[in-house]
Amino acid sequence: MKVIVGKLVVVGHPGVGKTSTVIRYIERTFNTEVSSTIGASYFNCKMEIEDIIVKFQIWDTAGQERFKAMVPMFYRNANAALLVFDITKRESFDSIKVWVNELKKNIREKIVMFVVGNKIDLPDRQVSKDEALQYSHSIGATYYECSAKEDQGIQQIFVGLARAVSQLSGTEVGHNLKVLDASSCRALVADASDANATDVGRTENCDFILFTIISFLKQANKLTIWLRKQSF
Amino acid sequence: MSTGCDIEPGASSESVLVVSESCDNIEQMSSSLEEIKNSNSVVSSDETIENCNNIDNFEDACSNMNLNAAQDDDYMRNKEWLSKKKHIFVLSSAGKPIYSRYGNEDKLATLYGVMQALVSFVQDQNDSIQSIHAGDTLFVFLFKNHLILVAVSKSGESISQLISQLNYVFNQITSVLTLTRLNKIYEQRRNYDLRRLLSGVERLIDHLLDFSEREPAFILGGVQCLTLPLSVRDTISSAIVQACNKIKNLVFAILLANNKLITLVRMKKYCIHPVDLHLILNLVQASESLIHPVDLHLILNLVQASESLKTAESWTPLCLPRFDASGFLYGHVSYLSEDCQACLLLLTVERDVFFTLSEAKQRIVEKLRRANCLEAINQSLNTKEETCTAIGFPELRHYLYKCKYTAQFYQPSISPPYTLDLSRLLDVYKAAHQMLHCPSRPLKLIFQRTPKEAILAWDTKGFELYAVLEPLTDTTTAIGIISKLLSWIKKHEGKLFHLNAPTF
Ligand SMILES: Nc1nc2c(ncn2[C@@H]2O[C@H](COP(=O)(O)OP(=O)(O)OP(=O)(O)O)[C@@H](O)[C@H]2O)c(=O)[nH]1
Ligand SMILES: [Mg+2]
Repeated sequence: MKVIVGKLVVVGHPGVGKTSTVIRYIERTFNTEVSSTIGASYFNCKMEIEDIIVKFQIWDTAGQERFKAMVPMFYRNANAALLVFDITKRESFDSIKVWVNELKKNIREKIVMFVVGNKIDLPDRQVSKDEALQYSHSIGATYYECSAKEDQGIQQIFVGLARAVSQLSGTEVGHNLKVLDASSCRALVADASDANATDVGRTENCDFILFTIISFLKQANKLTIWLRKQSF
Repeated sequence: MSTGCDIEPGASSESVLVVSESCDNIEQMSSSLEEIKNSNSVVSSDETIENCNNIDNFEDACSNMNLNAAQDDDYMRNKEWLSKKKHIFVLSSAGKPIYSRYGNEDKLATLYGVMQALVSFVQDQNDSIQSIHAGDTLFVFLFKNHLILVAVSKSGESISQLISQLNYVFNQITSVLTLTRLNKIYEQRRNYDLRRLLSGVERLIDHLLDFSEREPAFILGGVQCLTLPLSVRDTISSAIVQACNKIKNLVFAILLANNKLITLVRMKKYCIHPVDLHLILNLVQASESLIHPVDLHLILNLVQASESLKTAESWTPLCLPRFDASGFLYGHVSYLSEDCQACLLLLTVERDVFFTLSEAKQRIVEKLRRANCLEAINQSLNTKEETCTAIGFPELRHYLYKCKYTAQFYQPSISPPYTLDLSRLLDVYKAAHQMLHCPSRPLKLIFQRTPKEAILAWDTKGFELYAVLEPLTDTTTAIGIISKLLSWIKKHEGKLFHLNAPTF
């Protein structure tokens, strides 16, 4: 059993449906009243691909101009990026190109890039599938189309991401994914309880470590946070 | 007239809120952010401010796109637009439209032109225009750091009340940009079209204006607390203190529910201004559907929901203009849990401590759950405040009591005849507030009877009280009721107010 922990950043023009896409996948719902993201929202998700568990920390960023300066702190150390545009809005597709340049310029490690054309349920398409496909290939990205509203193509995107990331983790160098196999998971727990044993005097510290171990054991989900604390 | 109590109900030796009366001059504040950062010698570069240089280049490309405002005068003939009670406009000192409460700014270009011309005409004579009175319409102007804010009102509100609303609008803009950035932008380019940076903020301003028109909190410059037993509130505060004690540079932890304050824990030395808290309430309310899991919760089956909703957390830059207008705080914003709709904000000066705060939040929730505080919060949220009749004041219809020391206020539930016409009740309060605070002739005590109601308004050193009574109540009875009411509030102050001011 292998566990991969990765960071996924979602970027794109305001209103293209970034939040809707993530919520559609994670909560299986769609809300037309969703309000524009302020800053960024954080989600956790866990997927199983064959015998590999892929955990994503998802940063759904705000598209509004005034938050632009903040976005680098979310794509820093990201292992995967969803670049979302609205197929009925030409300018949202154009802004993908700006995002790609920015990511390429600022991220040194390998990163999985998916371009996503959302809102295929709407009639007046302004960006053809061919064009988007061609562009995506030219930048080494994969192209997907979806509708967060009608729940079309959403699963495929996230499953595709999990596969791509697990493939990336198989390569030797050039990525900063955390990969844990079963034995290193156990080692981590052992480490923590050692610290606990030697630190009995300092109760508060002890509490915290205990808390960490317990929540780790209860729900392996916590491990994510614990491991990634420094790298955020 | 004596109140029959030693100190004002709700007063406490220390307050969580800043209570300075002088409301609107944010430039004079010292930089609290710098102070906190320096005291912990954190090195951090502010990308946000540096970045505003790049925006200008972008801007050139887009500035020519809005020339299609051919039908300028459309709105001037539009009955609905003309009949609005209160218009609010914001423009740059160069005359560029920034915000209009109703209608599209581009189609109002002429109007903005006229406003700017008026302003600069008067300015040329080394004077500045403050208000224009035309029949029942009042035009009020406010000048702030390169911006001109204008209110055109038929609402009957006074100049100072309108100015206060314009100040709120300005504060809202500062809160998303910071004052430093706003100044920098206009120093570099007087002609800048600010709307580009404010896309999405119109909604916040709209909401703020609606909010300020229907909430007495804005009239009073205070905050209402969620009614909770003193011991519960203290337990909640200490749970937060314990969970966050070790976290460096956490400035405020604020727990809110239903527009009311549950608790506010702060870094020693720093207080929060009610204006800032109002902006926070506005933000939380206006973006409710984003992080508010309640309707989702109804649809989803619980097993699925419990995992994911808990993880919906936001990381939000936020400038609190009255705290420090020069820079951003960063806020971890989340709802406590799917079974408790209180919103927790952890505000820090560090931009990269999301996960530290996320863990702290988990610890807080666990502590609160174990101490049954979530239940207590829910219970209070599900119970309406008592009406005046229910607490033994049949002649009293409604009241607002504000303790000045703590900038907190309390109001009972609305009861007939105002249940259906809340805005009339607010108008009564606004008028009374205006009379007490009229700059040229402030009053201490008013008792006024109209055919519809009697109002007693009383401004003392420690509190303000506005009581709306049955129209036939006479002076002696009214005074009797008021002193009984003050003792009642005093007796219940532990529940109604946030008396202790916990710090990290
Ligand atoms: N028809 C249709 N509408 C959609 C779809 N996805 C999202 N929307 C709508 O598009 C609007 C914007 O969606 P959001 O998810 O808030 O967009 P966003 O990209 O997160 O926007 P920012 O947070 O401002 O950057 C909302 O009104 C959604 O209901 C879709 O697949 N089809
Ligand atoms: Mg969004």
